[in-house]
Amino acid sequence: MTTSSTGAATAQEIEQELSCHLEKRTKRSWAPEEDLFASGALSSLFAMELVVYLEKAFGVMIGGPDLRMENFRTVRAMSSMVLRLGGDAEEGGDA
Amino acid sequence: MSAGRVAPSPQVPVKCLVWDLDNTLWQGILLEDETVTLPEAVLTTIRALDARGILQSVASKNDHETAWEQLHALGVAEFFVLPEIGWGVKSASVRRIAEQLGFAHSTIAFIDDQPAERAEVAFHLPDVRCYPAEQATRLSGLPEFTPATTTVDSQQRRRLYQAGFERAAERASFAGPDEDFLRSLELVLCVARASGAELSRVEELTLRTSQMNATGVHYPDAELRRLLTDPAHEVLVATLADRFGPHGAVGVLLVHKHREMWHLKLLATSCRVVSFGVGTVIVNWLVDQASRAGVHLVADFRPTDRNRIMEVAYRFAGFGEEECACHLVPADASPGVLRLHLTPAPRPAPTTMLVEAPDLAEREGMQPP
Repeated sequence: MTTSSTGAATAQEIEQELSCHLEKRTKRSWAPEEDLFASGALSSLFAMELVVYLEKAFGVMIGGPDLRMENFRTVRAMSSMVLRLGGDAEEGGDA
Repeated sequence: MSAGRVAPSPQVPVKCLVWDLDNTLWQGILLEDETVTLPEAVLTTIRALDARGILQSVASKNDHETAWEQLHALGVAEFFVLPEIGWGVKSASVRRIAEQLGFAHSTIAFIDDQPAERAEVAFHLPDVRCYPAEQATRLSGLPEFTPATTTVDSQQRRRLYQAGFERAAERASFAGPDEDFLRSLELVLCVARASGAELSRVEELTLRTSQMNATGVHYPDAELRRLLTDPAHEVLVATLADRFGPHGAVGVLLVHKHREMWHLKLLATSCRVVSFGVGTVIVNWLVDQASRAGVHLVADFRPTDRNRIMEVAYRFAGFGEEECACHLVPADASPGVLRLHLTPAPRPAPTTMLVEAPDLAEREGMQPP
């Protein structure tokens, strides 16, 4: 897992790490504004994995009201949410 | 996963028993003695637990190939899933078995003749119940090894899991995206109004499915049976099949139909089929049905440390905590139960499976005004 050496992660760093993770997980690449759930085929397990991944990788807690598909629909939406929740790539790790 | 662990009680049914081999399953030490023997009484136990739908596995310090061949020679290899035979610590073996099965540690039992091995497992996995080898032939008489019901599904549970591992192996070797893999399975999800015969399958599912039981409320057979004949309630059972064969009953829904709102009181899906997205497919199907019927949906949800995935399924489907007059219709929620609300819109059919289901709106006319 890559971590930022400068502390607070930028939107770009978050998007980069996120895209990399998604590509590994789904075996295809995703543009920042591309709709992950457009086909309706991604399962709640995949959604759950995304939630857990974001919380671990960026040290955020995603509470009930934020668990909306809108917040996870694209790489950009997830990155905005992580920034809003005070995400910090320094906290990344498999703790 | 958060803390708040509760010591397993005899009421928690054992879903998988992990056997030690030397001087536990068989008499003798494979790498030291010339022959080992399988006592008739142990074989009887193995068969009895298997018929009850309790899975069995192996955690043994042995040479893998030699021990597995011996299990074949004794004619019992087919009874064991995910055997862990090697030289690692047993707590790690048991942990891996639980993980691959998707079972909570509190539903795993471990039997070994060596007190030190039991202590090692108990130290690292305090929720796993450990039994000395002398108890092997008495296990089938213990309440935790005596499920309340045994059904068609429990009798073939081991084979369902074995087919599941074949699928998983195929999935691991599949190069394309998961979605394409799911389509290649030719999944058919059938949602049907439960009949009397299916109710024991349902009861077992609500009792066994801790991970995906959204409300955490167990509905006993008698209660569901009563609701079967109540025109205002829908008791639905979901079964899944694919080109490898049946998965059996994988989900249950209990919906209370009010005039302007449907109240989803219970939704439980088997953890075996989580990766197929069955929970999401069922939720979206119900949302679409509610949309056709012109009613709002309210779903009960009691967060636990194991069912967050169900909250994700609800919330991603659009359920939220917004206020709506229709919340007032059902009686007060029990403590700790969230009432999630959704104003339904039509949903497209899933692209990964075929859904065969009744039209729930049809029964509208039977309801009292």
